[in-house]
Amino acid sequence: MSLKNNLHQLKEKYRGKKMAPAFNALHTFLYSPNETTHSGSHIRAVDDLKRTMNTVIMALVPVLIFGIFNAGYQHYAAVDAANGIIREASLFGNFLTWDNFIMGAWTVLPLVIVSYGVGLAIEFLFAVMKGHEVEEGYLVTGMLVPLIVPVDTPLWMLAVAVAFGVVIGKEVFGGTGMNILNPALTIRAFLFFAYPTWMSGDKVWVHQAVDLAGGPDAISGETVLGFLAQGKTSEMSYSVADMFYGFIPGSVGETSTLLILLGGLFLLFTKVASWRIMVSAVAGSLIMGLIFNVAVSAGWITETSTFYGLMSFEYWKHLLVGGLAFGIVYMATDPVTGAQTNRGKWIYGFFIGLISVLIRVFNPAYPEGVFLAILLMNVFAPTIDHYVVKGNINRRLKRAKNAMVLPTDGEGKAEKLKAETV
Amino acid sequence: MSKDIRIKKGLNINLIGEAEKSISKAVVSNVYAINLLEFHGITPKMLVKQGAEVKAGEPLFYNKDVEDMLFVSPVSGELIEVERGARRRILSLKILADKNQESIAHAPVSSSSSAEDIKALLLKSGCWPFIKQRPYDIIANPEVAPKAIFVSAYVTSPLAANLEFSLKGKDKEIQAALNALNKLTPGKVHVSIGKGENSIFSGMEGIELHKVSGPHPAGLVGTQINRIDPINKGEVAWTITPQDLVVIGELMLTGKYNPERVIALVGSSVKAPKYYTTKIGSEVSTFLYASGVNSKNFRVINGDVLTGIKTQPDGHLGFYNNTVSVIPEGDDYEFFGWNKPVFNKISSTRSLTFSWLQPKKKYDLDTNTNGEYRNFVLTGFYEEVFPLDIYPLQLLKACMVQDIDEMEQLGLYEVAPEDFALTEFICVSKQPHQQIIREGLDLLYKEIG
Repeated sequence: MSLKNNLHQLKEKYRGKKMAPAFNALHTFLYSPNETTHSGSHIRAVDDLKRTMNTVIMALVPVLIFGIFNAGYQHYAAVDAANGIIREASLFGNFLTWDNFIMGAWTVLPLVIVSYGVGLAIEFLFAVMKGHEVEEGYLVTGMLVPLIVPVDTPLWMLAVAVAFGVVIGKEVFGGTGMNILNPALTIRAFLFFAYPTWMSGDKVWVHQAVDLAGGPDAISGETVLGFLAQGKTSEMSYSVADMFYGFIPGSVGETSTLLILLGGLFLLFTKVASWRIMVSAVAGSLIMGLIFNVAVSAGWITETSTFYGLMSFEYWKHLLVGGLAFGIVYMATDPVTGAQTNRGKWIYGFFIGLISVLIRVFNPAYPEGVFLAILLMNVFAPTIDHYVVKGNINRRLKRAKNAMVLPTDGEGKAEKLKAETV
Repeated sequence: MSKDIRIKKGLNINLIGEAEKSISKAVVSNVYAINLLEFHGITPKMLVKQGAEVKAGEPLFYNKDVEDMLFVSPVSGELIEVERGARRRILSLKILADKNQESIAHAPVSSSSSAEDIKALLLKSGCWPFIKQRPYDIIANPEVAPKAIFVSAYVTSPLAANLEFSLKGKDKEIQAALNALNKLTPGKVHVSIGKGENSIFSGMEGIELHKVSGPHPAGLVGTQINRIDPINKGEVAWTITPQDLVVIGELMLTGKYNPERVIALVGSSVKAPKYYTTKIGSEVSTFLYASGVNSKNFRVINGDVLTGIKTQPDGHLGFYNNTVSVIPEGDDYEFFGWNKPVFNKISSTRSLTFSWLQPKKKYDLDTNTNGEYRNFVLTGFYEEVFPLDIYPLQLLKACMVQDIDEMEQLGLYEVAPEDFALTEFICVSKQPHQQIIREGLDLLYKEIG
């Protein structure tokens, strides 16, 4: 009770001051504000942006926890493999162990802290500078970023990328709701294009693989897609179950298709994410995968081709490896940068799936295309919406034209109307 | 002949405090007031001075743009106050009622009266402002004949007065009003009633009857226009509410302006919500305290909770409404209100909100915004509760950036602010939709007229 009153007095004291947004941001985390309606509807539904963003974060937490364990597991598995011991992944046997957790937490949590720390600091700075409230968008972005980067990303790189992504990807457009590109993917793309030698290759996906490279204890950190791209399919020892449960190397949060699927179902159940985008994106990726499979089985692509490994990969397995599932569930469904009309969402999602697999297969430098596909479709989303809305506009114009033919009111008013609009 | 209209999209907001079906006569008010802000877009020119004695039905001011359009006093008495705001704009007029009421009588119309006669009577008697027009959602321009006139007698707004009950026995007046309106349009008079409801309108003559079913906003006249005969650019349609038909009908039969009406006093802050007979402009306290309130911190709303105008207990009954809602003010903080599970508020999602479990449950909602103003972020939600063939988010954005071409193309002509009440209710970004649409309409009116 007294905490509430004290905070209320502090809020009144800071009202109109420069630091008010910063104080309010913290205050509203503890207490939802005492604001009442001033115009229009006198009552409002309970949902606000904080609750919505919180729902997305809840859907991400299991993925993060799994990512922490997997970071540790992949490290120890690679060390074992370097010593000639092949591990069989088992959830309670060698996955959910303290060693894995401590090793994983030690590598993953710093990523989370840097992502939130740098991003939120910039959000607060802009809120105070521009005098608006601190927006919630970064709560989700800050959680997504550590999940879509390789586990051994140097923290300074991450900090630079986050700063770039938040300022150029979002704040210059006017903050949450105004941005054209998904901020988390802008950060990912910045990392990829600014530090390509670090961000691609077969070493960054497993903790310490880079440090130990070349030495006597060198360990491998190749992803499934990496194996396929290099045509080393036979060397890969991961089963379909491994891929589905997520016991494979990859970006921190992208490996467990099962948990992503559950998170996606949770988002659909809460109605926070668009089922249209998810369904059409899955359909798009399956169709593209099928096209490649057909091309291989028809004999157009032979084993000598560079693309043989990825093109012959069964179409449905594309959803199990790499960041495709994660991208479809958590990134493509971003309402701000996606298509905003229901019909547009079908088209938008479908092309994300299609182009993801397309880039994944044909990208010679780096066998993954989800983030590029989503960024590309982010750019096209307004165009898609434009044509969908145009349909409505044309329907209205046509209706007006037809109405004028019928002289409902005499005295040539119909003709007059026609003259006006022509 | 009747036609069925089925609305699928929408949301019924079930609230505590529905009016019990019994009518009391409200205490006679001492002071009556006319709130000029209700007559949107009218520039008033006073006809009488402060301190003047007026009779019931005597004109107080006229519309500067249409000089025949008079606004009259609901009672006889003394004009005691002309409240002015910034730039001397007149905000409200207050009349101290006399003990003996006298009213001005006009010659009633007969079945042979012409459209011009009827129009002239409506204008000089002060009943014209009951007729509103689309586009722009303003008082109808008497110089333009509408392509059709729409009346919605299907009530879906939260806690709004039950028309079957509140219009009982007014058959004669309503038929007279409908006959008169029929002469004012070359088109039809469309009346919508609830499907399966025993409506007073089902026996009326000279109308096109539509049976509507579905959740709110199926009862809004804008939704029905969109389904029956959408407004195109350059066309005008008139709308009028059933309770105002009663006043017009009585004028047609007797020649007198009688502002008496049955209103519903509703809301969770009212101890005994019920119906009252009172007059337009009466002080709210004349019936509010007869029913009693159960807290000190409440908000009185002229109209329903989605579209009404905030007033005070010493405020006055509005010109158009037949409902007065009283709900708790929500000016308090809530600990972890943004992330804890919520069972006692309505939500359009299922993000730890559980109103989807009990769609029929009645809620006690207060005026808290449940969050802060943000940019538009989420998409696809408005469409779920917006049955018009219009893109709501895109239209709102067009209004915000004042893109007149796009506002026209996306169908701003067809809507009124009230059509956006439900999207405003569920808006996660807490944007003021009705205000945005109102400002858009005003801009369009100013630029195109």
